[in-house]
Formats: sequence, structure tokens, C-alpha cells
Amino acid sequence: MLSRVADSLYWMSRYIERAENVSRLLDVNLHLLLDFEEMDDLKLKDHWEPVIRATGDEESFYQLYDVADSENVTDFLTFNKKNPDSILSCMMAARENARMIRDQLSTEMWQCLNQAYLFLKSNNAKKVWDSGPYEFYKQIQDYSHLFMGLTDATFSHAEGFYFMQVGKFLERAEKTSQILDVKYHILLPSVEEVGGALDAVQWSAILRSCSAFEAYHRIFVSKVDPLKVAEFLIFNDNFPRSIQFSVREMNKNLHRISGCPMDEYANAAERASGRLLSELKYNTIGDVFNQGLHEYLGSIQDRFNDIGGEVYQSYMFHPHVDMESEIATQQQQQQ
Amino acid sequence: MFFKDYQGESFFDEMFTPEGTVRPHYQAIFERMQSLTAEEYQQKSQTVDLSFLSQGITFTVYGDKDETEKIFPFDLMPRIIPKTEWEHLERGLTQRIQALNMFLKDIYNEQRIIKEGIIPAGYILSGKHFRREFMGVQVPKDIYIHICGTDLIRDEKGNYLVLEDNARSPSGVSYLLENRAAMKRAFPNFFPKAGVRPVENYSEDLLNTLKYITPQPKENPVCVLLTPGHYNSAYFEHCFLARQMGIEIVQGNDLIVRDYKVYMRTTRGLQQVDVIYRRIDDDYLDPSVFRPDSALGVPGLVNALRAGNVNIANAIGTGIADDKLIYAFVPDMIRFYLSEEPILGQVETFIASEETHYQHILDNLENLVVKATNEAGGYGMLIGPVASKAEIEEFRGFIKEDPRNFIAQPPIMLSRHPTWCNESVFEGRHVDLRPYILSGEKTTIVPGGLTRVALNKGSLVVNSSQGGGSKDTWVLYSDG
Repeated sequence: MLSRVADSLYWMSRYIERAENVSRLLDVNLHLLLDFEEMDDLKLKDHWEPVIRATGDEESFYQLYDVADSENVTDFLTFNKKNPDSILSCMMAARENARMIRDQLSTEMWQCLNQAYLFLKSNNAKKVWDSGPYEFYKQIQDYSHLFMGLTDATFSHAEGFYFMQVGKFLERAEKTSQILDVKYHILLPSVEEVGGALDAVQWSAILRSCSAFEAYHRIFVSKVDPLKVAEFLIFNDNFPRSIQFSVREMNKNLHRISGCPMDEYANAAERASGRLLSELKYNTIGDVFNQGLHEYLGSIQDRFNDIGGEVYQSYMFHPHVDMESEIATQQQQQQ
Repeated sequence: MFFKDYQGESFFDEMFTPEGTVRPHYQAIFERMQSLTAEEYQQKSQTVDLSFLSQGITFTVYGDKDETEKIFPFDLMPRIIPKTEWEHLERGLTQRIQALNMFLKDIYNEQRIIKEGIIPAGYILSGKHFRREFMGVQVPKDIYIHICGTDLIRDEKGNYLVLEDNARSPSGVSYLLENRAAMKRAFPNFFPKAGVRPVENYSEDLLNTLKYITPQPKENPVCVLLTPGHYNSAYFEHCFLARQMGIEIVQGNDLIVRDYKVYMRTTRGLQQVDVIYRRIDDDYLDPSVFRPDSALGVPGLVNALRAGNVNIANAIGTGIADDKLIYAFVPDMIRFYLSEEPILGQVETFIASEETHYQHILDNLENLVVKATNEAGGYGMLIGPVASKAEIEEFRGFIKEDPRNFIAQPPIMLSRHPTWCNESVFEGRHVDLRPYILSGEKTTIVPGGLTRVALNKGSLVVNSSQGGGSKDTWVLYSDG
């Protein structure tokens, strides 16, 4: 497979996963506002700033807007083309990557992405959003799920598929950790304060942002307990959006690409992901809190970045060809 | 009822005789269309447009910031060619492509056609697309033009004339294939009865052609399609063809030349490439030989080609064969190389650099169509009868300055074809025909070709960039 194609498949998949996560995050937080009474500007700011931080775009937000209120934040994260992480930008980027490798995708996958693009491009998108943002965010999530389903059902489970899975699970692990990280950091300066009354709603929102509310309650029948939420989202072995699950899938797909046995590694990307997976397996939530949840999540986010870099180095990067010297060399070889 | 007020006027109409009766090969479709209401027709038409859009069957409009992708307007009323007529075209096109390939071999080697005084040396050497770097280079199987898209028009009597030979990298074949698919969806029950020859073999024929011209015999030569990238207006077509053939689509920076061999960069390292179907002009192919500022090309590609380690389709330097001045000599080429009379006619051409023609052109500018010899796509053209005085004078200046760059032809008559207009009625619109000719082990022509239609009333310009649309083209098993 061409390195460029692998790169596009990987990013296409990441961008779709990102758009889905951002839309769920917004959906949940808009819903959440309905439960608060007497929202003043300050409370709104406290509510929205962490959301922006969860997408890692705080700086660029304040370059574009003055106030972190509902309208500005949703505009920034939904339609603003200047924000590369907005839903619109992500879907455009996914479709652009797909267009570059149109010949590699199944017709179904391409048409699904193209439909999403046409939906977003039409005035319809703005209208749908105006009349009900929930419908709109639902639609984006539906496109993402449809795309994943179509990929699974119509695209050969071979090298290209594995690259897409790596991209998807890496993005998912990163987003879950970001959603967990920022809320925790804001709400709980110290571990001892865990369990305040106001928290219940907030922690439920975190679960919902990760589509994990129902899955969590199936295991923990009791009320929402922050420690358990953190444990669930980091360590749960079966829930498909937990960090450990995502890392395990990513690691598995990396090994499928190289054909290397699971307990060995063939390149730096596999080494980094295998190592992270082992740590996740052998660590407990107690270890996490000893280190500090925020610190812990920060350190694994660095690891995600490293893994992304190593994947690029192992499969997509080819030494840069300097055109001028290349031309000179070739001219010398001309007889 | 659709055709009650249909006007044939003085043009050759594909569907109706001058007396207004339906030509026999159009009878079946005529009846089928008559059975529809305007609403039904319009609905089918919209369904097809929508499916083109959702499939992303679009081309890119340059210089348009927001709406960068448009669908190529499609008219449901098919253009129909009866059996005997098509066989005549096939013979004529085959003869012509053979002569053009022999011409290219000749001028890049012995140059007999110059030595024997058929074509003046200056005309060849001054051609913008003549590549002197390629003198003496052997190409596998002596084929230069592997894929040709010849434009045909019909005069007022219905005679087919060659308007130009697109011998560099003709586009549009994906629309031909997609148009057929759309027609089958729009008229699923009618199609089996219509007796239309299929076009779906094109991709396979193209792949066979590419495999045939591999420089060294191999079981499974690696063929790739080289695209300028996804910003190119024909990118959809590049993807479409690569997908149909199951070959990789590559950009310049996916390829690298080492030791006179071309490799592509894959996730498993470098893999050697044998045949490149390139959709990039000569100028951009190899910055170490042609334009050094080209970021689209592959430095060293020409070295690999000369070393016989890779082959490209079409060959470098085929542009000289579709130079509008050299066009004037194609009938002579056919006589010279094949000792045959040309089967297909072509448009009478005056050459500004011929002394006798020069004065005739300048004296009759208002009655002639003047074309720059090295332009394509309807650019660099003066249509005398409709041009303003200022435009005519402007071109007079151009011609005086650089006669080699101009030829003139009498205004051509494009035949007309009933075409759905204003969402309500059929009117006559001008059409041309671009058959796609493949030269490999044998010459194959996909039945029909791309019929382009000038959608604006009275317009003769069929180019997609300037208000053109297209139709499905049916070649019948019978004479209707």
C-alpha cells in the first residue's frame, strides 16, 4: 500500500472519530445547561471553558471570540472553519482525505462521507441546527456510526482497514482521556472532595459524553461515583470507548499491519503501544490517584502523541527528497 | 407531443430528417420519450443529477472559491449511431490512429516524411509539443499514442469530419461510462429492448493495453495511474479509472527514481513500477528534463524511460501529432504511410505560415474561425462571423506577429440533437462526438464515445468549462 494512502486512511478515520466525539460533547453539555438554574455569565464561562479545553483549543477560541457562552462555543466547535477541530472542519478534512484516495474506498463508504459533506454544505445543516441542535448532533454521530458500520461490512479487512482502526482507536483513547481529564481537574482540586452533591450531574455528563452512561450503570447499579467513573473510563476491559479497550484495539491492529506476534514488537510504534497497554493492564485506579488523575492523564496523552508519531515514522514517512539535488543528480545521470 | 414544435432548421439533425420524420434508428426511443409526461421526464432527470452529486461524479471549476465541485450536466435523450455508420467510423479512426503512430515513430527517428517533402521540417521543429530530446528514443512496440480521444463533428449533410485528434491525455471517458450507468438506472425496462452495444469493457481494454506495453515482459507488470492530484479538474476520472482497473493512483511524490528504475513508496518500502498511465502533461513530467519548477513530476523519470526500465502512456512528445497545424497534413500522412485514401474527412484548414493561405486568411477573417495551434479546450480562438471588429483586429495582429501559431478554418457546422431544455421541452442543440481509441496489441474503440452537447441556444462550444453537457451514446447492434 502506498504510504500516502495509509496516511490518508489513518487521518480520515481519526477525523470522523473526532467529529463524533466533539458532537457528543456539545450535545451533552447543551443538555446539561437545561438542568441548571440561574445561569449567569460567570457560571456559563465555568461551564464552557472546560469543554473547549477538552478539545485542546482554548487559545484559538479566545483569538476568535470574547466570551465563552453557549452560542460562541457551539459555533466555534461546530461550524467555524478557522477551528481545525470543529465538526465542520473535521468532516471536510475526512472527506478531503477520502477524495484523495477515492479509488481505495468502497463506494458505500465514499457515498456516506459525501452525503455527510453535502448535508453540512447545504443550508440545511444550519437550519437543522437552528431548529434543534440535538437533532443536528445526532445526525453527525449517525453518519460516523454508519461510516464505521459500512467500513466493517464493505471494506476488506486488510492493511488499509487496520490503518483506519489504528487511527480511530488512537483518537478515541485521546478524546476519552481529555473529556475525563478536564472535568476532573476543574471540579475536583483534591481527591478528598470527591462525592459532592453537585458532582452527580457533572459526572453523569462525562459518562454521557463518552456514550458510557448505560454501560456504567449495568456494572455499578448505585449512584454515579467519581472514582468508579474514572476507573470505568480508563480501565474497563469491555467498554469500547474506555482507554484500555481503545489501546488494546490499536495495539492489535498495529500488529496486524506488521504481522508480528502479539507478544513481540516489530517497530517503535508497536513497542510504545504494547508498553502502554501493559501499564494499563497492571495499574489500578489506586495507582492513578497516587500519581494524581490529572497528571496521570496528561502523561498518557503524551504517550498517545508519541505513538501517533511512531506510526508515521514506521509506515508513512519516507526520507524527504530534496527536489533540487534530486534534479541535479538525475541530470548528471543523463547520457 | 414533446416534439410538436421541434425545429430542424438548416443543420443536420441526428434524430429527424429534413422532412421532419424520425430516423429509423431513433424510432424506439422516440416512442419511449413520447410516452412520458414533462413531469416524469424532469423527475428522471433530477434523480440522475442527484445520484451524480451523491456519488461525487463531479469536476472542479478553477477560480471558483466556494463551489469547487460541479456535476457535468447530463441530458437523458441519448445520441444513437446505427451499426453501418459506426463500422465506417471505426475503420476511419483505426486508419487514422495507425497513421499518427507511424508518423510519430518516423519524426522521432528517420524523418522520412520531412525528407520526402510531405511536411516542411520547420513545421515540425517549431511545434511547441515536439520533443527533440526524444529523437532516437525507442518506445516499446512502436506505439506512441496508446489512448486517443478524437473529436468528430458532422457537417450539414451529415458527413463525419475529424475536428481534432487529442493525442496527449484525453479526458472524459469516465463520463461515458457513468452516463451509461445512469441511463440504465433511468430506463431499466427499456434498455434490454434497445439493442445497445455495451461500453463496460473499456477499463479492461485499457488495462490490457497498459500491460501490453510493459518494457520488459513480465507476468504481472505493475501499472499505475499518475495524477497531478486531487485539485485537478479531472481527478474524479483518475480515481474512477484506477479503481476500475484495480491499479494504484499515484502522485509525483509517491514515485522516486533510483538506478534508472521507478519505484513507488509503500508502507513496505519501495516497489518497482513498470508502466505509468500518466494524466500529466509532458512539461510537468520530469523536472530534471522539462519545467524545473514542476512539483507534480518525478525527477529522473525520463532517464528510467530511456534506460528501458519503465514505459509511459501516452509517450512523451505525442503532442506534435495533435498540433492544429500538423492536423492539416494528416490526410497526407495516411496516403504516405499507408498508401490509402483517408476514410474520414476533416475540416478544410488554411495555414497562416503558407504564403498563399496567409493572405486568404487575413482577407477573410470575418468569415473564418482562427485557432491557435497549441491551445485546447476552446481557448485562443476567434469565431469570425460572430466576433466584434476589435476582436478581429486583435487576432489580425496576433497572426501577423506569429503566423506559425495560427490556422484558420471555415466555420464548422455541428450537427444538432434534441436536448431537454428549460425543464419542459426538447430543442435542437449542437453536439460533437469523442470516441476513445486504444492502441495496444490491436486497436480497440469503445462503441460510441462521449457525446458532448452545447447547452446554450445556438452555441457551438461543447467544452465542460464553457457551458457544455453530455449525453449517453448508443451504438446499435443493427441499423434500427
